[in-house]
Amino acid sequence: MSADLPAWPDGKRVDVKAVEFAIAAQGVRKNYAGAAEGAGLNGFDLQVPVGTVCGLLGPNGAGKTTAIRILTTLLRPDSGRASVAGFDVRAQPRQVRERIGLVGQYAAVDEILTGRQNLVMFARLSHFSSAGAKRRADELLERFSLADTGKKPVGKYSGGMRRRLDLAASLIVAPPVLFVDEPTTGLDPAGRREVWAAIRDLVGSGTTVLLTTQYLEEADRLADRISMLRAGRVVTEGTPEELKSAIGGDWLDIVLADAEDVAATEVIAGRIASGEVRVDGEARRVSVPVAERTRALVTMATALGDAGVEPVDITLRRPTLDEVFLHLMGEQTPTGEETVIDHQTLTGERAVIDDRAATDDRAGEPPGGGDPAANRPASAGPATGTEATV
Amino acid sequence: MSTTTPMTPMSAAHHTLPTGSPLSRFGWTLADAWTITLRDLNHWVLRPGTVIVGWVFPVMIVLMFGGLFGGAIGVPGGGGYFEFLMPGMFAMTMLFGLETTMMAVTTDAARGVTDRFRSMPMSASAVVLGRCVADMLNSVVGLVIMIGTGLLLGWRWEGGSAAAPAAVGLLLLLRFALLWVGIFVGLIAGGPEVVTSVQILVWPVGFLSSVFVDPATMPGWLGAIAQWNPLSTTATAARQLFGNPGWGGESWIAQNATLMAVVWPLLLIAIFLPLSARGFRRLGG
Repeated sequence: MSADLPAWPDGKRVDVKAVEFAIAAQGVRKNYAGAAEGAGLNGFDLQVPVGTVCGLLGPNGAGKTTAIRILTTLLRPDSGRASVAGFDVRAQPRQVRERIGLVGQYAAVDEILTGRQNLVMFARLSHFSSAGAKRRADELLERFSLADTGKKPVGKYSGGMRRRLDLAASLIVAPPVLFVDEPTTGLDPAGRREVWAAIRDLVGSGTTVLLTTQYLEEADRLADRISMLRAGRVVTEGTPEELKSAIGGDWLDIVLADAEDVAATEVIAGRIASGEVRVDGEARRVSVPVAERTRALVTMATALGDAGVEPVDITLRRPTLDEVFLHLMGEQTPTGEETVIDHQTLTGERAVIDDRAATDDRAGEPPGGGDPAANRPASAGPATGTEATV
Repeated sequence: MSTTTPMTPMSAAHHTLPTGSPLSRFGWTLADAWTITLRDLNHWVLRPGTVIVGWVFPVMIVLMFGGLFGGAIGVPGGGGYFEFLMPGMFAMTMLFGLETTMMAVTTDAARGVTDRFRSMPMSASAVVLGRCVADMLNSVVGLVIMIGTGLLLGWRWEGGSAAAPAAVGLLLLLRFALLWVGIFVGLIAGGPEVVTSVQILVWPVGFLSSVFVDPATMPGWLGAIAQWNPLSTTATAARQLFGNPGWGGESWIAQNATLMAVVWPLLLIAIFLPLSARGFRRLGG
């Protein structure tokens, strides 16, 4: 999968309108009758410049998949406007479909057919000639390092191979705009790296990509700009660096050898912290937001030494997207819920935000109980306060 | 309007997909439908087990019922039980085909394959048309195998040269009607697990009919339901057209089985074809 492969020697391309934004959505709303069907959209706005990768980031139930389904013409919005490659998704679905590729949440390939038969079938359905379809299939198998396994049934593929085949199937017509919905959910680390490499490769060839993910690391690595989605609307948008800067300074992480030292460290940290200190008891880690980097590091190290606390590791670092995410989500959530997300994120090996637990938590609360914030519609009230343009 | 796809890099840069005239669009629908049909035929080659079991299963049922129970079951008019059973089992084979359709439709929907088709600039009706052709082919093969089995076991058709093809036509008409039932159920089922439980219902429908026994031997109200079962009317019409022993009686439905073997499938199509189309549209919310 090297970058110097001839891009699309046999690919068909369709004319693309000269538009500034490959994807544009304004005030898109979608409400489901049955809640089980998926999360709706609640005034969804998005602008993705041509040739960039936009990461749509949000917890489960934020409306990521709904947004993708509307933009790919699979679902009709209740109201609002959306266009892809300059064509309206409601009025010109056919023109949109000719210009997009969709990699859905599940590898949408035929399990019984071989990898090659899948690609030939999708190429035929894209109206390639019989010989052309076979040639295109072989090119794509080569490009996605599947040439060796092309003759095997997809049922025998690994998760990573399946996703790569899925990507290949989405690229048969070399679409100007590619939608990728949670490309690495359920993949092991090796599979995740394979898929990331494949997507990065594509971006090199000028495709505009809209990527949804609940993995912050993934958005950080792949996306030029990130839109954070919550309860069906974009709450903030910017480059990963802008988002990180938006919540202020750096962080000092102290990892301790002894769990008993955590409390003492937290007290010391409180003196130098420029914000709320986060403690992860399980990992024996204290994270301190700091304003003055060097001074904080020296003060902290000295104070720990004086107290006789021996840390395993002291690290000064930029905020992670996790923290941006928690910061944004935390401001709009009842405090109890925030703790759940916090715990899951900081203890998880990877940066995973899963608000199913949080939702369950909310469901567990007594009806009409204590926190009025829990009953507040997400679109109203303080939510607008966090919509800082960064 | 380009209908072929020249694969030179020059033309590749500005190729426009055909959207043009209704005629070329219809041509593409047929071509796309055939691609979808070929996909199913490839399944037969790659997983012959599944399709062969589907074909052999009704043969097993024939042997079981004919061999094990046949001796104990009296046939109206006193013919052999195989003579009575075979046309009924032909109809039953058409009903079994329903399971294939439901499973294929629901698996595609659950796995996201249907969504991929829908996100492509292909004709939406091609997906359904391709499924129709593939499933009808499957059932034609199944029916041929069953007729062969019947002939081996001594079943014969006695009717005229036009009557037997008419019987086969009525059987396939029933299958075509059940196809739309299968597509509809497959779309609303939401997953193969649900379909598996729906498949069990095929059996009560099969038993509550004239396929295996004369409805006259059932309690009155149950027998009436069995007589009106679309499976029964097709089985009865097939028996009459093949010249095999069947059940009679003075009831209207017994006298007009052949008429109802046409009316029932058309009614099912009139109900489930629009429902299936609506189901596909509803995927788009």
